[in-house]
Amino acid sequence: MTIPAYVPPEQLIKDRADFARRGVARGRPAVVVSMADGILLATHNPSRALVKISEIYDRIAFAGVGKYNEFEALRVAGIRYADLRGYAYDRSDVTARGLAGAYAQTVAAAFTAEPKPLEVEVAVAEVGATQADDAVFLVSYDGSVNDEHPWAVLGGPAGPARQALAQAWRPGLSLPDAARLALDVLGQDVPDGEVEAARLVRSAIPGRTFQRLTEPLRRYAA
Amino acid sequence: MALPGAAGFTGPYLAPGNSFFDFALAAAPEALPAHQAYHSTHPGTHPGTLPDAAPQATTIVALTFRDGLVMAGDRRATMGLAIASREMEKVYPADRMSAIGVAGSAGLALQLVRLFQLELSHYEKIEGAPLSLEGKANRLATLLRANLGLALKGLAAVPLLGGYDNSTARIFSYDVTGGHYEEHDFHAIGSGAVFAKGSLKKLWRANLPQRTAVKVAITALTDAADDDAGTGGVDAARAIWPVVAVVTQDGYQRIDEAKLAGLMEAKR
Repeated sequence: MTIPAYVPPEQLIKDRADFARRGVARGRPAVVVSMADGILLATHNPSRALVKISEIYDRIAFAGVGKYNEFEALRVAGIRYADLRGYAYDRSDVTARGLAGAYAQTVAAAFTAEPKPLEVEVAVAEVGATQADDAVFLVSYDGSVNDEHPWAVLGGPAGPARQALAQAWRPGLSLPDAARLALDVLGQDVPDGEVEAARLVRSAIPGRTFQRLTEPLRRYAA
Repeated sequence: MALPGAAGFTGPYLAPGNSFFDFALAAAPEALPAHQAYHSTHPGTHPGTLPDAAPQATTIVALTFRDGLVMAGDRRATMGLAIASREMEKVYPADRMSAIGVAGSAGLALQLVRLFQLELSHYEKIEGAPLSLEGKANRLATLLRANLGLALKGLAAVPLLGGYDNSTARIFSYDVTGGHYEEHDFHAIGSGAVFAKGSLKKLWRANLPQRTAVKVAITALTDAADDDAGTGGVDAARAIWPVVAVVTQDGYQRIDEAKLAGLMEAKR
């Protein structure tokens, strides 16, 4: 009988984290930015059919990067979670916080218990009545959740663009300003046809606020 | 209700499929109205006694016109001989491009509307595109079929679906078994349907303008209210008007009461 080699838990977690982090960093980035009249979501996505940004519920949107099949499963589960909650209780009882919690549990369970951690990073954005009520939750590959500020950058290499967004973001951004910041993060050399973008429109509350931007994002930035 | 626990999303949350009803049946069957019918050990009440115990919603009419379709429903709900409500609404948007009206047991009928609206938006969010009108009609039939157990106990709700797709307006009627039939030009359901249909038969013409089509719908409801105790007409004293909605290429739009009043005033 062979005895498996002892691997210290610290090493095990580190190996898994490195594996997941590399997987996520390979993905093309996505960015979520709260602005005066809503929340802007944009990502570099050469495919038109396979979306990375999606409507979840009236005021809630999703963005995911990493392995497509993995974040797509999370996206669909999120829509089901929101619709079931809204059906059983009330539409106003569906919150991004609850959904981010469920995502965190899912991703964390896979990180420790599954043969392979999920190579994903997802954001859940909720538009509020005022910009102060906007919430953006960032769920990482290990299940950690960050909601420190109403903007998020997912995937891609950690570069100066990320720092720039942190410094340039301020409350009350207009759509053109937000679009410019988003394009800075995605990379100014990304072709127009490869930017997938959508927004949550504050004035559409209490209805469905999600709206795909059909024109290239660069045109909004002008 | 099976909300995600410590392990996060599992089982039905991750299963393939794009139907909210199928998902809810797996994840939270107790939340669905059909659940009681499947699992009830109640011996079944004699048909004909239950309708007196629950409010009944009545007449819905729909007709096509030049640019789309009009759907209208009276506001009365009855419980036996008593009027349960004089301002109940029975016509709703199913999604942006379709309208649903319901007759029958009010609680179930409204539940059906809610479930159907959710089913359509759920599909649209998951697939990224809305269902075709034919697809919507089929989904509604499936939801109805799940209610069959309750329908056989005397608690039936029957919808009327109208939608706009590929530049044409179409109307679908249903029976309690989920059978659905495409209707041409106009249709009516509910207790006053016979009288409303007689009226529609005389007044409907091809390519009516919207104003006239709305008038025809209200006239048909008024005729139904004249002869059917379950149908409420225009209540001038309380200014309660039928719910009238049009679906055109611009989508579902409810016509407000002031406009209806103006329109019917102009007739004289």
